[in-house]
Parts: sequence; C-alpha cells; structure tokens
Amino acid sequence: MHFGPHLLLAALEGLVTSAVLALTALGLSLVFGVMRVVNVAHGEFFMLGAVLAWAITTAIGGHPALGFLAALVIAPLIVGAIALVAERLVLRRLNYNPEATIVATIGMLYIIQQLALTFYGPEARPVEPPFSYRILLPWFGYSGYKLSVIAASALLLTATWLVLTRTRIGLVMRATQYDSETAQAFGIPVGRVYGGVFALGAMLAAIAAVLIVPISQAHYLMGQDPLLLSFIVVIIGGLGSLRGTVVAAVLIGLSDGIISMFFSPTLAKIIATLLVAMVLVFRPQGLFGTRSR
Amino acid sequence: MTETNKAEATSQALTIAGLDCFYGEVQVLYGLDLVLNKGEVLCLFGRNGAGKTTTLKAIMGLVPASAGSIRLDDQELTGLPAHEVPKAGIAYVPQGRRLFAEMTVAENIEIGLMARGKGKATRENVLDLFPLLRQRLRQRSGTLSGGEQQMLAMARALCLEPQVLLLDEPTEGLMPSMIAKIRETVAKLRDMGVSTILVEQRVDAVLSVADRVAFIENGRNRETVDVQELRADPSAVRRYVGVG
Repeated sequence: MHFGPHLLLAALEGLVTSAVLALTALGLSLVFGVMRVVNVAHGEFFMLGAVLAWAITTAIGGHPALGFLAALVIAPLIVGAIALVAERLVLRRLNYNPEATIVATIGMLYIIQQLALTFYGPEARPVEPPFSYRILLPWFGYSGYKLSVIAASALLLTATWLVLTRTRIGLVMRATQYDSETAQAFGIPVGRVYGGVFALGAMLAAIAAVLIVPISQAHYLMGQDPLLLSFIVVIIGGLGSLRGTVVAAVLIGLSDGIISMFFSPTLAKIIATLLVAMVLVFRPQGLFGTRSR
Repeated sequence: MTETNKAEATSQALTIAGLDCFYGEVQVLYGLDLVLNKGEVLCLFGRNGAGKTTTLKAIMGLVPASAGSIRLDDQELTGLPAHEVPKAGIAYVPQGRRLFAEMTVAENIEIGLMARGKGKATRENVLDLFPLLRQRLRQRSGTLSGGEQQMLAMARALCLEPQVLLLDEPTEGLMPSMIAKIRETVAKLRDMGVSTILVEQRVDAVLSVADRVAFIENGRNRETVDVQELRADPSAVRRYVGVG
C-alpha cells in the first residue's frame, strides 16, 4: 500500500480511538470540573458498560442490531444508577473532600473490578457488531461500523455541548462548576447536581464502551487503558473543558493511530506522556482549561 | 402572643436570636441577636473578623448554625438546606461579587431568575434599574469593570424579587461615582419596600444610607443604634471601630 492510503487508514483507526476516548474522557472531565472529584473508578464504569453490553446482547439474542440497540440504552442506565448509588453512599458522606474521594474511588475501582471477575469471569467475550457493512474505498475496504462509531460519538459530543451551553440544566451545571457556594445561594441544589453529574460521567463512559465492545471485546480489566488515556486527555485539554477534551482526544487518538502504524505503539505512548509532562509544566490548567474558584 | 408582640412580629422582616456559628472548631458567632425591620436598611458595622460576613452566610445557610434561631416572618430558616433559603425570599450579594465570571451577563441574570421561578417581567424591571447591563447582555461577566460587576451582582440578586436583601461590602474597591450609584440603588430599594442588611466598612456610606446600625464585635451584637443618634453622637463608631 502507498503512503497516502496507509496514512488514511492510520488516521481512520486513530479517529475511532479518538471518538471513544473523547466520550470517556468527557465523563471524567465533567466529574472533576463540576465536583472537583478525581474519579479513579471511571475506567471501571467503562468496563461495566462493556460487560453489561455483552450480557444484554447475549440475553436478547436474535438479530445483533436488536441486542446492540438495547445495550446502548440499558447498559448506560444501569451504570448511571450504580454511579448514583456510589455517589450517595460514598462521595457525599466524604463531603466530596478531594483527597478522601481519590482513596474512596480507588476502593470503588477494586470492588467493581473484583465483582466483575466474580460474576462475569476472566474471559474476553465478543459482542457482534449491529451490522457488518464494509465501505469500499479505492485502496482498501473499511468497516462501516467503525465509521458509525465516529459519527455516534460526534453526535453525542454535540448533544452534550448543546445541553451544557443551551439548556437550564447546563446553566445549573456550569454555575456549580464555577462557584458551588454562590450557586447554592441562588437556589441550586448542589448535592443533587453532583449526583447527576457523577451518573452522567459514568453513563458517557458506558456508552463509549458499548460502542467499542464490538471492536475490542469485553473483559474485566479493560477499564485500565481508557482510564489512563482519559487522564492524559483531560490534563492536556483542561479539566472541565468540553472543547479541550475533544481537541485533546483527537490529538491523542490520531497520534496514537498514526505513530503506532508507522513506527511503534510504544513511541505513541511516549509522545503522549511527554505531551502531558509539557502541559503540566507550561500550562497546568490544560490547553483550554480555566482556573476556577 | 400579646398584641404588642404581634405588632412587633409583623413589623420585623428577619429576626436572629442567640445565633452560634463555628468554622470547624473555631466559634465565630456567640449568641448573636439581630432584628431587621420591614423596609429598613440595617448596617452591620465592625472590625475585620468581627463576624459580619459570617452572619450573612449563616442567614443564607452557607455556614450552619449550631444554636439559635433565624426567622423570616414566621418561617424558621435554620436547618433548611442552603439552596432552599433563597426560595424563601432572601437574596445575597456576596463580598467580592462572586459572579459566574465565565458566563455572560444574561446567563448570570438567568441564574437569579431561576432561583424563584421569575420570568421576563422581573428581568425587564431589574434591567430598568441597571440600564447599562442591557447593553452588555452578551458580554462575559468576568470582563466587566468593577462597578459593572457590582451592578450585575445586585441585579442577579434582585431577580429573586426578595423581601430581604443581604449586601456584603458592595462599595469595596469601587470609584466614588459608582459608590454613589450603589447607595442610590439601596435607597431606591428601601422605597420599594425591600429590607436590607448591609455590611459596610465606610462610615460615610453607613451614615448616608442606613436607618439603623448594629455594631458587631467578637461575634456579638454589642449595640444597635438609630442612625440619627449616630449622626448626633458618633462616639459609638470610634468605640467599636476606632474611626469617625
């Protein structure tokens, strides 16, 4: 294959990674931006989404699209409900103290992971894609499903942006993010906003997992890489910034896809980590982040 | 309740009795008593760290009361979650304005309107009071001048159509023309029947706009004086703050 088509293939693979990463990282970024909680268990919500997608598609059977669509709706709802319960039982009782919540979410990570190992098992299990259409380009054929993942992610990111910037719910979330005490003085129930945001963050991770699971299989340890990459993305983009998260996810995803294909995946990780180090030194709030009260 | 007590109760907008507040282990308010009459401007005056801001935060439920009572008309406010207090009809303009700096002027006003479900009519009334803000609706509030930010902070609070307004050092760091505008607005609000508690460090501002002055010292209300008496005999100001 010539360089041009080779580059196009690498870029497409990178964009699929970016699409899933942007959704996952956005959840992490929202939780930190609004609640000031570093959710170390975020990757486990991603894993739960994938495991539940497998369980739902297996239970429903029939045409793969039917089970997949059901998983796309049900899995995020279940994961969101689990996150809401965890927020009420753990984070709220710790009064959202930044240090205590890091330790608590590490605990949540191991509890969720070990529960998945106990009830789901150590095997990696595949989920059939809802359709297997291949788009034939002049140089190679490419999975239509992978392209639909990019489209779905773009759609969800746009919807999240519209909710945050054009609706009352978004206004309330942003007010809580900028100054939670003043928000309370204007009738905003900050505790309820925190619960909602934590659930929403987990749901975004779960949706990302349901989208990617037909490509990468469900496994109880699959939350680790998305967690690490999400941290890289939100540090580069700026915690709490949707625009920053998307830009950083595209940057990291594309560089990962292209560098991995032409050089080596290790070099891609080295460059991403170097980028994080540079951002932390020269612009600690991230490329698009703002310092808030 | 006797007839006299009934008459007192109906003339009082807000009553604080025996209020104790702590920041962690440190006690800040010690059995504070305070009465705000309907339609008056009551100024809290005292040195830094006396407990003036804490009093306002305690009224808003932002600092929990460990003992005592805060009543708005017949409604007990202590124990209410902080987000329920503004719904009762109290609006707060915090020290340093505390605008949502990344939001536009219009969005800050929208937050104020949402607190008590007020609509377009309230928005228009508030913007009539601060016409300058009408031209800045799409501007990010963090980019406004200090005076404009103070106007917006007051506008946002007035969107609640409150019975009681709490103003924490609204003239801090403003130029004289803006200070005059703020005083004028406070006086206008009194004429509209809004009861105001004003925390102020400037003696001239206190004497020009307040009806009564409560001298706060070490978390206690030492004395509440009618401003006419204070104008005639400013010794209390010297006694509690060492100026005047």
